[in-house]
Amino acid sequence: MSHGAIGLDDAGVALNGTPVWQHVTGSFAPGSMTAIAGANGAGKSTLLRAILGEVPLAAGKITLGGLRAQDFGYLPQARIIDRAFPISVTDMVLGGAWRQTGAFGAASPAVRQRAADALCRVGLEKQAGRMIDALSAGQFQRLLFARLLMTDASVIMLDEPFTALDAPTTQDLLALVREWHAQGRTIIAVLHDMHQIRTCFPHVVLLSGGQAIWGETARILTPGTLQRAYETPQATPWAGGPA
Amino acid sequence: MSMLAGLWEPFATFGFMRRALVASITLGMGAGPVGVLLQLRRMSLIGDAMSHAILPGAAIGFLAAGGLSLTAMGLGGIAAGLGVALLAGLVSRRTHLAEDASFASFYLTSLALGVLIVSARGSNIDLLHVLFGTILAIDGPALYLMAGITTLSLFLLSFIWRPLVMECVDPGFMRMTGSRGALYHMVFLFLVVINLVAGFEALGTLMSVGMMMVPAATARLWTRRLVPMMALSATVGMLAGFTGLLVSYHFRLAAGPCIILTCSAAYLFSLLASPAGIRAGGGSSPFRSH
Repeated sequence: MSHGAIGLDDAGVALNGTPVWQHVTGSFAPGSMTAIAGANGAGKSTLLRAILGEVPLAAGKITLGGLRAQDFGYLPQARIIDRAFPISVTDMVLGGAWRQTGAFGAASPAVRQRAADALCRVGLEKQAGRMIDALSAGQFQRLLFARLLMTDASVIMLDEPFTALDAPTTQDLLALVREWHAQGRTIIAVLHDMHQIRTCFPHVVLLSGGQAIWGETARILTPGTLQRAYETPQATPWAGGPA
Repeated sequence: MSMLAGLWEPFATFGFMRRALVASITLGMGAGPVGVLLQLRRMSLIGDAMSHAILPGAAIGFLAAGGLSLTAMGLGGIAAGLGVALLAGLVSRRTHLAEDASFASFYLTSLALGVLIVSARGSNIDLLHVLFGTILAIDGPALYLMAGITTLSLFLLSFIWRPLVMECVDPGFMRMTGSRGALYHMVFLFLVVINLVAGFEALGTLMSVGMMMVPAATARLWTRRLVPMMALSATVGMLAGFTGLLVSYHFRLAAGPCIILTCSAAYLFSLLASPAGIRAGGGSSPFRSH
């Protein structure tokens, strides 16, 4: 995992001309484990997407420390995936082997074995032959984690990975995230559960009032900062005021 | 004529019936699988819009060739269809209008333009041919073009299969892998357009989309697996071609509508008889939990 830090230098993003956040400076060190917190609409997912280059910056710059697009593993919010599409659990997981198979190559027996192992790791081995629309919300999230396992990415970005999951599923998947961290991978996760952030994530980026407060979790998540972050009225495209 | 002979005699006796049969089998084979993906991408109405959008290009080709020429009309249709698709995509990226809204505006403009061109320079008969097709008047070159389009679409579909499927399920993941999802989306729209163009001379602009959508909807009621779904969709289209032509021959009815109505009959039957049809009731949510 030899790469530099992911750095934001006075970066800002605007949607429909209204700033979401601006003057954000900070870095994600290689092998670090950082949570992104903030109220709804604060721009948490936008921050992940800006790092991935999907959202253009209105100001400043983001440096990737020599990382390429394929070094990132990304877990999108489950709701943007078409779960009614007729594709099997195994085929979905094999999608994670994109770097080996490319768009057109066949999946070798070794890759298929890795897919089976990944399904086993998340406890979905019995569902391998089922269609994805037959999975419960928790099983589907396990499936997305299995696909992330297949990508073998250096940087893993998770967008609300534990939303609407029961406690056992959350614990299992959180254990997997810790395992990735122990392997030296960089973890960046958008999370809502402050207890989870405090107990598992050494670093945090708190998006508050269009700014980012960045640092060690214990230092950043104080009652004062949290109150400001979650009570600041968020800028909306129709409000027209500065963020 | 015995019942059995009635099934093959029209094709054995008349060359135009044989050509119509080959045309409808070819159309079903290409349009069926494309229609399944179109529906799964929730773009059914965009297929409809595209079939209207290709009209001005086809009309210009029609006038340039001085009559029904699938090659000239096809090339014009492909240009117009892709033009509308590109414009709609551009507008939806640059404005807050959704892709279907911009498609709706462009295809209606395109349709009006097409009707204007044909009616200004051609006759009412020409307009009828362009709108409703003439499957019983298909000639050799038109058949070759249809077969070429079907071969190309099946080949392209199998070639871009994985990115296309992944782009349907999870476009965000595709972007992550560094793949150009938008490129595959355009290739797919190209497939939709060329298959509509293939159906053009046989079924006309208004009905060619029927061969794409109705068999696909039928197939989705019988299977939840993608490849069997596409195979079934193609089979329904091909069988509807055969049956529709026979009905049209024996009852002296227009062939194009008979083929589409046979597809509709298969769809209605499936609605009533298939496990996922109306018997399944309202609990057909794809998000079943257990």
